[in-house]
Amino acid sequence: MSENTQNTKPVSTELQALADRLLKLDDLLISCMRCGFCLSVCPVYGATMKEADACRGKLALLDFLAHHMINDPEAVNDKLTRCLLCASCQAVCPSGVKIMDIFLHARSIVRDYLGLSSAEKLIFRGLMVRPKLFNFLLDLSAKFQGIFVREADATVGTSKAPMLSSVIGERHFPRLASTPFHSKVPSLDEAVGSSGLRVAFFPGCATDKIFPDVGEASLKALRKHGVGIVLPENLVCCGVPTLASGDVSSFNNMVRQNLAILGAEKFDYLVSPCATCASTIKELWPKMMQGYTQKEQDLVSSLSAKSIDITAFLVDVLKVSFTEKTSGGKRITYHDSCHLRKSLGVFAQPRAILKSLDGFSYVEMPEAERCCGSGGSFTIKHYDLSTNIGTRKRNNIVSVQPDTVAAACPACMMQLMDMLSQNGDAVKVRHVVELYADTL
Amino acid sequence: MPISPALIKEFQGVIGAEQVFTEDADLQCYSYDAAVLTPVMPALAIAPTTQEQLCKCVKLAYDNDMPITVRGSGTNLSGSTIPQKAGSVVILTNRLNRILEINEEDLYAVVEPGVITAQFAAAVTAKGLFYPPDPGSQSISTLGGNVAHNAGGLRGLKYGVTKDYIMGMEIVDFNGELVKTGSRTVKYVTGYNMAALMAASEGTLGIFSNIIFKLVPPPKASKAMLAEFDDVNKASASVAGIISGHIVPCTLEFLDNNCIKYVEADTKAGLPVDAAAILLIEVDGGHPQLVEEDAAKVMEVCRKCGSTNIRIAQTAEEKFKIWEARRNALPALARARPTTVLEDATVPRSQIPAMVAAVNEIAKKYKLEIGTFGHAGDGNLHPTILCDRRDKEEFARVEAAVDEIFDVALKLKGTLSGEHGIGLAKAKWMEKETNRATIDFNLRLRRALDPKMLFNAGKKFV
Repeated sequence: MSENTQNTKPVSTELQALADRLLKLDDLLISCMRCGFCLSVCPVYGATMKEADACRGKLALLDFLAHHMINDPEAVNDKLTRCLLCASCQAVCPSGVKIMDIFLHARSIVRDYLGLSSAEKLIFRGLMVRPKLFNFLLDLSAKFQGIFVREADATVGTSKAPMLSSVIGERHFPRLASTPFHSKVPSLDEAVGSSGLRVAFFPGCATDKIFPDVGEASLKALRKHGVGIVLPENLVCCGVPTLASGDVSSFNNMVRQNLAILGAEKFDYLVSPCATCASTIKELWPKMMQGYTQKEQDLVSSLSAKSIDITAFLVDVLKVSFTEKTSGGKRITYHDSCHLRKSLGVFAQPRAILKSLDGFSYVEMPEAERCCGSGGSFTIKHYDLSTNIGTRKRNNIVSVQPDTVAAACPACMMQLMDMLSQNGDAVKVRHVVELYADTL
Repeated sequence: MPISPALIKEFQGVIGAEQVFTEDADLQCYSYDAAVLTPVMPALAIAPTTQEQLCKCVKLAYDNDMPITVRGSGTNLSGSTIPQKAGSVVILTNRLNRILEINEEDLYAVVEPGVITAQFAAAVTAKGLFYPPDPGSQSISTLGGNVAHNAGGLRGLKYGVTKDYIMGMEIVDFNGELVKTGSRTVKYVTGYNMAALMAASEGTLGIFSNIIFKLVPPPKASKAMLAEFDDVNKASASVAGIISGHIVPCTLEFLDNNCIKYVEADTKAGLPVDAAAILLIEVDGGHPQLVEEDAAKVMEVCRKCGSTNIRIAQTAEEKFKIWEARRNALPALARARPTTVLEDATVPRSQIPAMVAAVNEIAKKYKLEIGTFGHAGDGNLHPTILCDRRDKEEFARVEAAVDEIFDVALKLKGTLSGEHGIGLAKAKWMEKETNRATIDFNLRLRRALDPKMLFNAGKKFV
């Protein structure tokens, strides 16, 4: 298609430079055969039915931008950001297009051309790369949120903040934890346990600041099975929000801070209860290593190999025996987080754990593997779209009439809580490891 | 050719501003489909959500002399949804996606054209019935697109293709009026069989507003087998033997040696890379005992014809495993090189060995990589050329090879396309398969239904 040149207008040097950088992705872009199979699984396309919202449309637009068939980077960027980076497309792509590589690099290239918004600059470059300041400000916010926040749904455990609707919309959200995980458990440095293993624990921002119970449940489960835990102080965000916004320099800053901290420790696995953190460390850290020293690259490879989600760690590494219970009890269903199922291939493990729980009867929801529409910063930039996608997930959840819906990703949990709460559904949202820890 | 703001306003008045696309970034996304062709951007794209809106949109476009290309999911391999003419409007049917009725007593369903094939098939299955056509793109293809291309699939031999399930439809004509044809009854003779004419019409005669499909009871049992051959002729003799033995398998698929090698390289599934061909055969029916007997007969025919190894699946898991090679055929080929040119020249089934031999000769002559798989029972093969369309010299050889593949198919009394369609890609060969009088006859027919020749202008017959 490259021979087609519909736009023959002269282009600026900046635009030419942008096209040249995109052309470096040409070998990846060319392998899309436009079969359209990605449309069948794309959550955004499912909500809007617009080709430009599907992966095939975005790949075509990048191809056209690289070849000057469209000379409007702003418009292409608008389309690019209408994507959850859920990788559902990549999982069904018959030609094996490296879609996530393309999207992450393209976001960074287009961002470099357009520049970051001032809010992104403040949050990424001013705040998130400085964990002490970030924690301090959020701890402070946690203390004062009572002024703005009202209870929305007692069962789901959400709040709303009508006075802040201009900033956060009408969303129903779990409150910032009054005592975040890093205050409850500042650091750990345990010896190798009876299992013969010592792991580093990577809680992730959402576990730390919103769901500290998930962090504590993880520690309880690991200790139960004789795993020694190291939890270093001042771990930084895994970096995925910056990468999604195309801010590779902040991403590298965060990865390097984490490398310095984790590189000083000895452990067998890097365990996280956050599917997004686990998959970012495993899949994305190794993709963005331009300019890294050999030592840093080796460290990234080693951490990538060690990165594992906590449910996979329990089932595959510790080989905990989870026998299916048929005793019945409260109905529980499970939502597959994209980063867990499509990036890490983990879907049987959390189900095995849930099916073994006493007092619950497991029921599979329709389209369990379909994205919930959260996508981290996607839900902030495109709340209406996120809600549209999330409503489909909510409908699937309530169709099996559960008492509890489980997930293994705090970001998904927040989205599920918002969707269920908005509809007044009395369905609890719990992390798989919390439910397991309850039985210990 | 830019469209006047007044006309855009009129479309917006009919279907709402958010369903009218005018920005380049949106329009560029309707400039291509799955065919390896140069993209062409439409002047406008619109997405009606009701039958009434569809009719009004067609009339408005037609009255304003806009060429009209209808697009479902844009998965076709012939370029039939590329808006070739300047100033075209693309009418998107993907929001007309309601299943209006599934009638379990009278075995039919009524659907809007944008319903996704696989979702329809699943809804039918949920009611204990069966809609057999299963084109490769079924996970996202629309039923309207299936009708417009008379889509086939793996079950064609026994169950037929899309046209065999069309009982009737409503068509929007160039005046934006609804034309009714066919019926919910098994028998119907009141009027021309317009519904049949619409199958494979590729958007050139009218626009489907809704379609009545026949449904059938599902088979109660099935058996899958895999037979290896050291000679394509022996595989072909097996196909002939199975059919002449009065067994009609629901699927009878073929992979040639090249294709087997590509799949094995990609999947390491343990396929026989030395085999000249493998046949994947599935028999089904209303009674498990009869299905067992049919399977036994198929195995015997294959053995007699010289199959070097034959396996039958005993469990659902083994069946899944047997079909793995076929499922991975296209992905394995597509991953081997950047560009995948997927053809569907079709020959009488007895000519499969001649066709496969010719394709391999052509590959050698033009120094190209070609893997062939396809529907052996129908003679519908998919010679798949692996290349890089950025390499102009190589792509010129690809185009020459495609020309020659069609020449051979026609010489063997076959056809240009078994199921992908003509569209832009193959229009230039139409006269070769038929003659000028046939082209003219079809053009006269087309002009009668579309006096301004705006419906998918530049496609199929030119």
